[in-house]
Amino acid sequence: MGRPIVSVFCGALVALALAGCAAQPAHRTLYEDLGGQKGVEAIVSEMLLKVADDRRISAAFAASNLTRLRRLLAEQVCAVADGPCKYTGYSMVESHRGMEVTEIEFNAVVEALIYAMEDLKIATPTQNRLLAKLAPMRDEIIYR
Amino acid sequence: MHSKPSGWRIAALGALVALASSSAYAGGRLLATGGGIPLAGAAGGGIVPWAVLSGYSADEEHGLTGAYTRVETDDYTLDAFALSYDFYNRVEVSASRQTFDIGSLTPALGFDPGDLKQDTFGVKVRLTGDAVFTRRPQVSVGLMHGKNTEYLIPSVVGSRRDSDNDFYVAATKVWLTGPLKHMALLNITLRSTRANQIGLLGFGGDLNDSRQTMFEMSAATFVNRKLAVGFEYRQKPNNLSFAKEDDWRDVFAAYFPNKHFAIVAAYADLGSIVLPHQSGFYISFEGSR
Ligand code: HEM
Repeated sequence: MGRPIVSVFCGALVALALAGCAAQPAHRTLYEDLGGQKGVEAIVSEMLLKVADDRRISAAFAASNLTRLRRLLAEQVCAVADGPCKYTGYSMVESHRGMEVTEIEFNAVVEALIYAMEDLKIATPTQNRLLAKLAPMRDEIIYR
Repeated sequence: MHSKPSGWRIAALGALVALASSSAYAGGRLLATGGGIPLAGAAGGGIVPWAVLSGYSADEEHGLTGAYTRVETDDYTLDAFALSYDFYNRVEVSASRQTFDIGSLTPALGFDPGDLKQDTFGVKVRLTGDAVFTRRPQVSVGLMHGKNTEYLIPSVVGSRRDSDNDFYVAATKVWLTGPLKHMALLNITLRSTRANQIGLLGFGGDLNDSRQTMFEMSAATFVNRKLAVGFEYRQKPNNLSFAKEDDWRDVFAAYFPNKHFAIVAAYADLGSIVLPHQSGFYISFEGSR
């Protein structure tokens, strides 16, 4: 009885292991799938509206220069999505130093981004590709 | 047909509804990251505990999750009420009451064996990682204590003790961009155990009375943010000469409409449990706050 099961598992493991490579057909960039510059700007604006609406995080941005933040977030999303931009802001560690950003706050920002993309009808796999690009920044942002 | 609804069951169901409809809750984690808490109350899939902790509490929150689970196989039914409390996405404590109706064995035994009953108490600690955000998997260790509150049948079939501890280590990893561009989850759990049929038939037996390390796994893919489908495998010891014990497996779907409520449904193949070929449906309703 054990054998077929074991082979199914191995198959699944291999499938998961290959997933990282298989996910990029690479012809269209994530930037394009997000709708190019217009799309990225819409996502960032929508996300900042949701951030402002979320009591868990809105206060943190109360004193922020939102025009600058909007521009830098759009640059950053564009750059990590293989778009034609260069991020010109501070590093993630520098810009969040001293804020002691909690996991709750980090997840709240991620949720604001997810809901913004949902509202803009971005396909879930495309959303997840962007989230995957931002995920490694978590350790640079929280508890700094 | 053997189920006897009792006061505490109804109270537990009421508590579940209250949990699911409550508005104040700890919701700092992303949807679905609490898994389910079927059977024994430790967060996981249908039959395997994962490294994730129950509910949606993040680092400065704590929260309660409750579940009612029913499994109906060809000859048996299992009812489980479980509660799980997560502190700060760091420590999870859980308790459950499981009732396994074996009334269908009456003709074979010549008497009505009643129900097998087990209470469990568990603790799980997240050691490292975040299943979704860190490159390394989320890793947790857990202890699951089981205690038979009806021990006649387990002792008759050769079980050596009515209570024992399982120890396990679990690793869970979520890939945001998994196979076919969908989010995917893989969990692997190693468990040191002497439990017979997850403890419902006691712990240890005539064939073997020492701990063995068992391999368990779950793999799932997310159809969308709210719906995951997958399969699981749980290796089991075979301690009793009276009744061969098989590994368990299931295919499951877990639906997370929001952070208050979840449904886990599965088709489970539980192999031989005294009677051969026990397979059937499994459903778990869960509420979190
Ligand atoms: C995926 C998560 C996040 C990303 C990608 C991100 C990205 C950024 C970027 C690009 C900047 C601009 C840096 C600069 O000024 O040069 C910034 C600034 C800032 N971030 Fe974040 N951030 C994230 C999460 C958070 C969280 C969770 C908080 C706190 C609740 C937070 C609070 C701030 C604040 C207060 C600023 C300064 C704004 C200003 O006054 O200029 N960020 N972030």
